[in-house]
Amino acid sequence: MAADSGTATGIGASPKRKEDFRFLTGRGTYTDDINRPGQTYAYILRSPHAHAEIVKIDTAKAKGMPGVAAIFTGADYDKGGVPCGWQIHSKDGSPMIEPPHFPLCKDRVRHVGDQVALVIANSIAEARDAAEEIDVTYKELPAIVSTGAADKAGAAQVWPDAKNNTCFDWHIGDKAAVDAAFAKAHHVTKLDLINQRLAPNAMEPRAAVGDYDRATGEYTLYTTSQNPHVIRLLMGAFVLQIPEHKLRVVAPDVGGGFGSKIFHYSEEALVTWASEKVRRPVKWTSDRSEAFLSDAQGRDHVSHAELALDKDGKFIALRVNTIANMGAYLSTFAPCVPTYLSATLLAGVYTTPVIYAEVKAVFTNTVAVDAYRGAGRPETTYLLERLVEKAARETGIDRVELRRRNFIPKTAFPYQTPVALQYDSGDYEATLDLALKMGGWADFENRRAEAQKRGKLRGIGISTYIEACGIAPSAVVGSLGARAGLYECGQVRVHPTGSVTVFTGTHSHGQGHETTFAQLVSDTLGVPFESVEVSHGDTNKIPFGMGTYGSRSLAVGGSAIVKAMDKIIAKAKRIAAHLMEASVADIDFKNGEFTVKGTDKKVSFGQVALTAYVPHNYPITELEPGLEETAFYDPLNFTYPGGTHICEVEIDPETGVTQVVNFTAVDDIGRVINPMIVEGQVHGGVVQGIGQALLENCAYDQETGQLLTGSYMDYTMPRADDVPSIKVATHSTMCTHNPLGSKGVGEVGAIGSPPAVINAVLDALRPVGVTDISMPATPHKVWQAIQSAGKAKAAE
Amino acid sequence: MPTVKMTVNGKAVSADVEARTLLVHFLRDTLELTGTHVGCDTAQCGACTVHVNGKAVKSCNALAVQLDGAQVTTIEGLANGDTLHPMQEAFRDNHGLQCGFCTPGMVMSAIDLVQGKSNLSESEIRAGLEGNICRCTGYHNIVKAVKAGADAMQAGKGR
Repeated sequence: MAADSGTATGIGASPKRKEDFRFLTGRGTYTDDINRPGQTYAYILRSPHAHAEIVKIDTAKAKGMPGVAAIFTGADYDKGGVPCGWQIHSKDGSPMIEPPHFPLCKDRVRHVGDQVALVIANSIAEARDAAEEIDVTYKELPAIVSTGAADKAGAAQVWPDAKNNTCFDWHIGDKAAVDAAFAKAHHVTKLDLINQRLAPNAMEPRAAVGDYDRATGEYTLYTTSQNPHVIRLLMGAFVLQIPEHKLRVVAPDVGGGFGSKIFHYSEEALVTWASEKVRRPVKWTSDRSEAFLSDAQGRDHVSHAELALDKDGKFIALRVNTIANMGAYLSTFAPCVPTYLSATLLAGVYTTPVIYAEVKAVFTNTVAVDAYRGAGRPETTYLLERLVEKAARETGIDRVELRRRNFIPKTAFPYQTPVALQYDSGDYEATLDLALKMGGWADFENRRAEAQKRGKLRGIGISTYIEACGIAPSAVVGSLGARAGLYECGQVRVHPTGSVTVFTGTHSHGQGHETTFAQLVSDTLGVPFESVEVSHGDTNKIPFGMGTYGSRSLAVGGSAIVKAMDKIIAKAKRIAAHLMEASVADIDFKNGEFTVKGTDKKVSFGQVALTAYVPHNYPITELEPGLEETAFYDPLNFTYPGGTHICEVEIDPETGVTQVVNFTAVDDIGRVINPMIVEGQVHGGVVQGIGQALLENCAYDQETGQLLTGSYMDYTMPRADDVPSIKVATHSTMCTHNPLGSKGVGEVGAIGSPPAVINAVLDALRPVGVTDISMPATPHKVWQAIQSAGKAKAAE
Repeated sequence: MPTVKMTVNGKAVSADVEARTLLVHFLRDTLELTGTHVGCDTAQCGACTVHVNGKAVKSCNALAVQLDGAQVTTIEGLANGDTLHPMQEAFRDNHGLQCGFCTPGMVMSAIDLVQGKSNLSESEIRAGLEGNICRCTGYHNIVKAVKAGADAMQAGKGR
């Protein structure tokens, strides 16, 4: 792999994005921008109750409303349920409870927003008007929404087969060894934590257009997806039983995902199914209120953690118990989030020798929970970094020193953790040192003192994290319960004139693949950046793909493209050897030119491409014409980005308002192709993390199960004036097992930041006696904590 | 159905619409100007921001019939052929967009925010963008872009 080519578009350069012209001029094509001839509009009537029996649905009046083409209920739906993509087994070996999930409820609704009827009309206004006239008789049932209370006696039961609402009761690690270590601990730090439920809130609401072609029997689904091939597989094979060759899934420009557009949603199946029924295209577009009731949500873990330390402050054991809320149904990847994406990271960046974790997943009468930016790793990082911080306070060991004392040293890689993973590379001291310097750690106390003079409480917090991404080795995830492989496909088509189209199974919904992958190909093949086009998002164009999530696009998808280019170069060398009448072994390829060792003979990449397609002078008996190669890359391991985040806050004790005044992120993400895009990914992730720490929370009414934060009037999205500018740097060690050395950057910001923010808030509040606070640390919560601590002090 | 006439991106348009039609749906569905996006249903996110008579307006919050006779500019009307408006150019130069969905509204708001003002501070820009939500960028590069776009417009490149 070439190092920085020194050009403005090569690997390591930051050319302006190819995507931007169309987005900036309003010429992007998002799913809701697509209209098919004869199109109808779907409106989904959703349950107003968290838990109820459907006694009767009367659609007679609604069917007579103007413009109505059809109305379907659960009784009409004759296809399969939406499957789960990952199976977890409980401690006792039994498989998780997998309830059916039909796109239209048959007899019972299980969360507010559950799908009751599908109304199809000539316009969306007519569909809404008709839905108003559907008369549903419900018998309301008690609901359970609390994560911590779902498995307790007396809780309402969501599914008859899931006793105590338990989906699975899983564990990992060596319990006996952990118990033994705790028995001889010098100090034990204990902490109870809630990682609150979040709504991902990609700015583009989900949408889907189903289009059935009566002439060919083919279905096309346009959808807001991060992985169109996965949708084709799940919906085609499991839900609607449409074979792949009769089903095309197109995910055009997609306006953000953050995990929420990975999953196969039942609305996709409904519009596809209904388009065949009504013999017209069917379009459904979510509005934002509907998104809050139907997009898979994230996090929602309740944990108890204990860390055992010896007299020198070395971590000798860790014990964690987590309850994870799955919601009412199992979304595509839901079971793997609190288990294999979370508990396997409990070693963090530390040498803790023995770890034991128990994870119980519970059903509740809430929207399904699944992967949201970071998916399991933010939860673990928050737990670990809050715990380590508390241990430092309790033992009196400086919090940076305590971390250093327990770091996995850079000489220890590859490093086998006690919870299944083997880290390939890292240098935690280096990212820590750089972050401390950039974040002004050494002279922070001066700033605290200065703030105090202004009546403000200032604090600084740190988080040293690692995550596992670049998912993933198929054999490994298969053994852990994944029902799919997690390789990626890349296809490189060199055209006769030497321009190149790259087909990737990953999907870009903000990440800038059209630019980054073009840099990679341009740099490697020596063709102009402008002559490389990257295509994604259409199952009829792309051979196959597993899509974009888990920060995998460059590490896995980019590696597939590299493998395809290796094949291109190997074939091109044979053509070049023929043209120059030399031996293939003597051909070198560099900067777009083939040369013969020890001579001044050369042919350009363009000449070779033309020869491949106009094979007049060609080794035709040995080599096929054409220059196009496909590669599937299955990674050998996860990748392990890591780093240090430092946050500085200022709190107004009169109002409880917390202002983030400084944020520094130093991340080790392996090889960087486009630093501009990398920094943008970190900025966005960090602000989502600040959002979790200070602003965002999905709140359900505990009695009725109504979502209390169902719009942007109630759910506090971070806005420009809530956050500071962010200092970003990378300090990379290379991934050792993929051809690029890249680790992934999409999620690091959201993983490392929340504990840094909360540790800063607690550092600020320490002088007034506050030692604990939960996310989001809203002004109200901070103010109350200050008041309570004040009262407690006064009572002493 | 009432008839609505307005000038959109310099072109006179006229159409019969249901009285309940929002400006954003008139633009997207009737005029097929799909660059203006709908990101929420409570006038909070600003993805639908356009200019009405030169001022930024959330087009999800106005009925088309209210704006009979208005001059409307959408994101499609900013560039001059392939030459971007300085604010669009600044967003591209500063990586002020990722998925692009909030971008049209963000650019329209930004132009209105900086018009006729010089040397806006970072905190003034942040406060001025409060009505536009972006989930991708963390606002860092948007703030830089707005500053750069404002400077370019001040330097006389703006319209």
